[in-house]
Amino acid sequence: MALEITQYLLAAQSPDAKIRNEAETALGQFREQNLPGFLLSLSVELSSDGKPTESRRLAGIVLKNSLDAKEAATKGNLVQQWVAIDISFKSQIKNFLLNTLGSSVREASHTAAQVVAKIASIEVPKKEWPELVRLLLSNMTQPDTPVFLKQATLEALGYICEEISDEDLVQDEVNAVLTAVIQGMNVSEQNSDVRLAATRALYNALDFARTNFDNEMERNYIMKVICDAALANEIEIRKAAFECLVSIASTYYEILEPYMQKIFELTSNAVKADEEAVALQAVEFWSSICDEELDIQDNELPESGNSNPPHSQFIQKALSTLVPMLLETLLKQDEDQDQEDGIWNLAMAGGTCLGLVAKAVRDLVVPLVMPFVEANISMSDWRSREAATFAFGSILDGPSMEKLSPMVNAGLDFMLNAMKDENSHVKDTTAWTLSRIFELMHLPASGFSVVTPANLQRILVVLSEGLKDAPHIAEKVCGAIYFLALGYEDAGPASSLITPFLPDIFSSLIATAERTDSSDSKLRSSAYEALNQVVRCSNLPETSQIIYRLLPAIMSKLEQTINLQIVSSDDREKQGDLQASLCGVLQVIIQKLSSAEDTKPIILQAADQIMVLFLNVFACRSSTVHEEAMLAIGALAYATGPDFEKYMQEFYKVLEMGLQNFEEYQVCAISVGVVGDICRALDAKILPYCDGIMTHLLKDLSSSELDRSVKPPIFSCFGDIALAIGEHFEKYVTYAVPMMQGASELCARIDSNDEDMVDYGNQLRRSIFEAYSGILQGFKNAKAELMLPHAPHLLQFIELVAKDQQRDETVTKAAVAVLGDLADALGSNLKMMIKDSAFCTELLGECLESGDDQLKETATWTQGMIGRAFSVCG
Amino acid sequence: MAPPDPRRPFKRPAFSDQQKRRDISLQRQAQNRRDAQHQARCLALTTMSLQNDSAATPDPQYEHSDPDFEIEPEAAVKDRDFDVREAASLRGREARRWFAKQLMLPEWMIDVPDRLNSDWYVCARPAGKRCFVVSSNGVTVSRLRNGGLLHRFPSALPNGARSNNSNRSGQSYCILDCIFHEADQTYYVIDMVCWAGMSMFRTLVVYNCDQEGLKAAYTGPVSYLKDGLLFYNKHAHYESGNTPLVLVWKDENCSQYVLDTDSKGHIPDQQQVVLELLDDGRLATLDDPPVIFGCLDSDFIQKTGSQTGELLRFSINEGALYFKDGQLERADLNYLGKPNRARAFADSYSKVMFQYAARHSPLRIEHLLASIESSNHQETSTDADMLG
Repeated sequence: MALEITQYLLAAQSPDAKIRNEAETALGQFREQNLPGFLLSLSVELSSDGKPTESRRLAGIVLKNSLDAKEAATKGNLVQQWVAIDISFKSQIKNFLLNTLGSSVREASHTAAQVVAKIASIEVPKKEWPELVRLLLSNMTQPDTPVFLKQATLEALGYICEEISDEDLVQDEVNAVLTAVIQGMNVSEQNSDVRLAATRALYNALDFARTNFDNEMERNYIMKVICDAALANEIEIRKAAFECLVSIASTYYEILEPYMQKIFELTSNAVKADEEAVALQAVEFWSSICDEELDIQDNELPESGNSNPPHSQFIQKALSTLVPMLLETLLKQDEDQDQEDGIWNLAMAGGTCLGLVAKAVRDLVVPLVMPFVEANISMSDWRSREAATFAFGSILDGPSMEKLSPMVNAGLDFMLNAMKDENSHVKDTTAWTLSRIFELMHLPASGFSVVTPANLQRILVVLSEGLKDAPHIAEKVCGAIYFLALGYEDAGPASSLITPFLPDIFSSLIATAERTDSSDSKLRSSAYEALNQVVRCSNLPETSQIIYRLLPAIMSKLEQTINLQIVSSDDREKQGDLQASLCGVLQVIIQKLSSAEDTKPIILQAADQIMVLFLNVFACRSSTVHEEAMLAIGALAYATGPDFEKYMQEFYKVLEMGLQNFEEYQVCAISVGVVGDICRALDAKILPYCDGIMTHLLKDLSSSELDRSVKPPIFSCFGDIALAIGEHFEKYVTYAVPMMQGASELCARIDSNDEDMVDYGNQLRRSIFEAYSGILQGFKNAKAELMLPHAPHLLQFIELVAKDQQRDETVTKAAVAVLGDLADALGSNLKMMIKDSAFCTELLGECLESGDDQLKETATWTQGMIGRAFSVCG
Repeated sequence: MAPPDPRRPFKRPAFSDQQKRRDISLQRQAQNRRDAQHQARCLALTTMSLQNDSAATPDPQYEHSDPDFEIEPEAAVKDRDFDVREAASLRGREARRWFAKQLMLPEWMIDVPDRLNSDWYVCARPAGKRCFVVSSNGVTVSRLRNGGLLHRFPSALPNGARSNNSNRSGQSYCILDCIFHEADQTYYVIDMVCWAGMSMFRTLVVYNCDQEGLKAAYTGPVSYLKDGLLFYNKHAHYESGNTPLVLVWKDENCSQYVLDTDSKGHIPDQQQVVLELLDDGRLATLDDPPVIFGCLDSDFIQKTGSQTGELLRFSINEGALYFKDGQLERADLNYLGKPNRARAFADSYSKVMFQYAARHSPLRIEHLLASIESSNHQETSTDADMLG
């Protein structure tokens, strides 16, 4: 029954594309025609020790991918396909897989363990593979089991535990599995490969072991075994044991107290003396504890319930020894850590952990760190200076302004001088520290800033010098300029301070973006992002002329990208990145200048040229749509208003492509938003394009492929379209309204314990209401009666939402508004539908008492509409 | 399956400008959606959305405004009684004159009318510029009381834009008597004169002028800035010019503009009036027949270069209105000059009297409430009499 497929599996890995494609086609056909036979053949291939490792490996991967996928809908299909296969095939496949666990070829047994776990995830919860656990455990208990089999069995057990819930097995089985794993980890296990496999299996089984962690005796034993493993002779076992501790820090924070003394000793010794791979995990343990405590602190707001785990203050209790330990790590920098990506060393991990500690314990960290900073910042050795600077920069987020400002005020000048340090690491970290200072200590909108009219000029001189330094330093300087500018956003008159320097800042940032000595595009995009922020924060009346001159400069840069010679896909990617940055800048300029009536004409004059540029950018790609250009078009449509009509014919093709881009869902989402912009710009003139747009939007809504986050904006977009085209929305009602009703029913079924889903449900509710509002307002003058049959469903939905205690304020607003829209459009017809108006009264009452003026205003309006609907006769 | 890489962001500022650009776009879209829906909703109380229109820069100052006229000298249209549909396309002075005549001008309430609670409606008047909104021939124009163009824009009114309502007859039109409320760029309809050629009832939130209704209009929250109360007589139909069937009343609690301001926006020490110079030198109010406040001699007329039909501004000396049998007999006036060119009308008698009373012995809300109260008693006793 199984076919010989070795040659195809080998050919499918050939460097020759033709051979590869043929083999893939042949395998695909086999799969199509006879899935059970195909899977069986793969399992035979995987299990045969006589076959080449390469074909076995691919057989395993294909088998695994036939059972599982990242995307939920695809995964569901795969599972159904497996379930539908004849049981005799399935048993054969499973037997081949279990046999493979004993293979001496580790690659084969490792893959088999993964596939076994995938099948277990389907069958164990349904009790369709009852003998699995017993078979695996017998591998562990039989005295003559070969090491290979034990390793693979432990691996399989670990993966299975990760896939299933402990409730899928009876407690005895759960205990037996954990006993097998823990025994494999124990010091008494002679074979270090088995011990390593067991330790890694435990890592995967930690969630599964919840019942056992709840039991103090069992927990003590598990923790002891892990701590012992953290002292094993083999570095891999020590590392795996620390990985278990890191995971326990977040999974079982609340039970850690009795073990913290021991864990502190272990981590502290590891950081001081162990190999870096182990030391990194030891530091990570503390970072995870910080994450947990910050999480608890964030959720400690009075309104949230008491479901949070208690705060054990581990960081604060360990502070006096933890901080010196972390400070020591800062001195262990690599020579080239700033230039190379992908490096992660002890100094970086320690510095990051120190930053988290500062956030967690706030002011308490300062006296422990400042002596280190002061002692090292002027040392002749660069490592000392860099470590001191990094320590200083790390603790800026957390402690209070009162605590920090004297030090930062005193240290700012030192930092500015240090931008001239002879060592590039020191300069890099100094620039980063400056960006942190501006991010955290420069808040002119709230009246506090370390930047003053007296030192601003010097700061800007130092920063523009820094832009000419090595690319990695210049990139950090861009960050500093970004945050310096960010402070002036919404800061009122304070933003005038930076006005005189704008021309120089713009030209140095553009010069930085043009540098060719950087190996990647990071510096360029950082420079443009800083430029964006400077434009956003600038005081428009004072700077409109400067921004006006920036516009053609950026436009001509974008034009140059269109004519770039493209030979490779790498060229294409670079072109796309550059266009992304420049479209971003244009978007920001368009938004800035169109925000005031007297500068808007600048954009209107340039609109034709800008639009041609964007269309050319779109034309650089055949199948995808440039996300940033799409974003910028939305801003342009908003600025031009009805004049946008003349671009529609050309632009519509691109818009269609964007609306169909399921894979890059961000592009799809932005395109949906742009439809809204265009609706408001064109009003009824969008009508000729609506058939197409509505078709795509309806398809998007029904697609299981499209990321769900795009769906609420689509409903809102229905409202935008309906409001723009008024009664002409009639022909879409039969398609759109059932979708809205379906989605509102979905809202009612959302699991209120899943925070993400609750969030999503709120977005969905709000957007469904917005859709109804647009349609009702659009119809009210001519076609209001069309909504009569749908009104009861909507009323029910409003009532349901009104009675939901957890409803979000934005949902309330939308609900109250749509209630008024319903009354406005249907008038006295509404009277017959509202049988029990208590919920209306309650909802309105709640809103009228709200502190939110907008909400009150809407509620007052709705009250008026309802009053009118109920007072008018007939 | 394998433990995650412990690598964390390092020396990376925690921002994504791209995400920020997306977020700002989303915020803009959400804000614009709210605005669009809000404007659509204002159509209910009222009328239509005003798209950003550069035709006029509305003067921030109330009442004594001097809007930028879009005056295009065109051949004056002689026929005064032409169809309203043609009126919308009028330009310049003719258009101003025509529109100026069409507005129903409320009288000021100087006495409480009888049967307030049974024959009158009351509503809270929005602060803003009184204007006419006419949609016709695919365009909507709004004109101030003096006939000056306020805005020209497409609207959702019948035939109010070139593209919408295309299935409607080209002959349809709509006229609304509105107040343009600057803050939310919204027209609040005081009255609908015509809708697609059919007269319709008003749509502002109006109350029966009983105790509750009056209190609701006086103190109840509204989405716009209040400027006094409007009283409509239930038996009135729309008529142009001054009418005692619509009355306006205000006090400090429901209006920021009780006392008139001068051209600089200040409240002058002495009350000012604008009167029309008749051919015999008499100074007349807007009313028909006019109330005469005094007479200018020909020397004075020559010296000031005043011409018949011109409007002149005077101040009234303190306490210097003299009455006999409830009629104005004489007024002590001081000539101040010529009012703003944009002024189309003299003051009405009721306005002068309301302003005069406001400075001396204002008509208070208590008086209105008391009047309703007493007429309630009257009605009860009338009923009782009849039963008896």
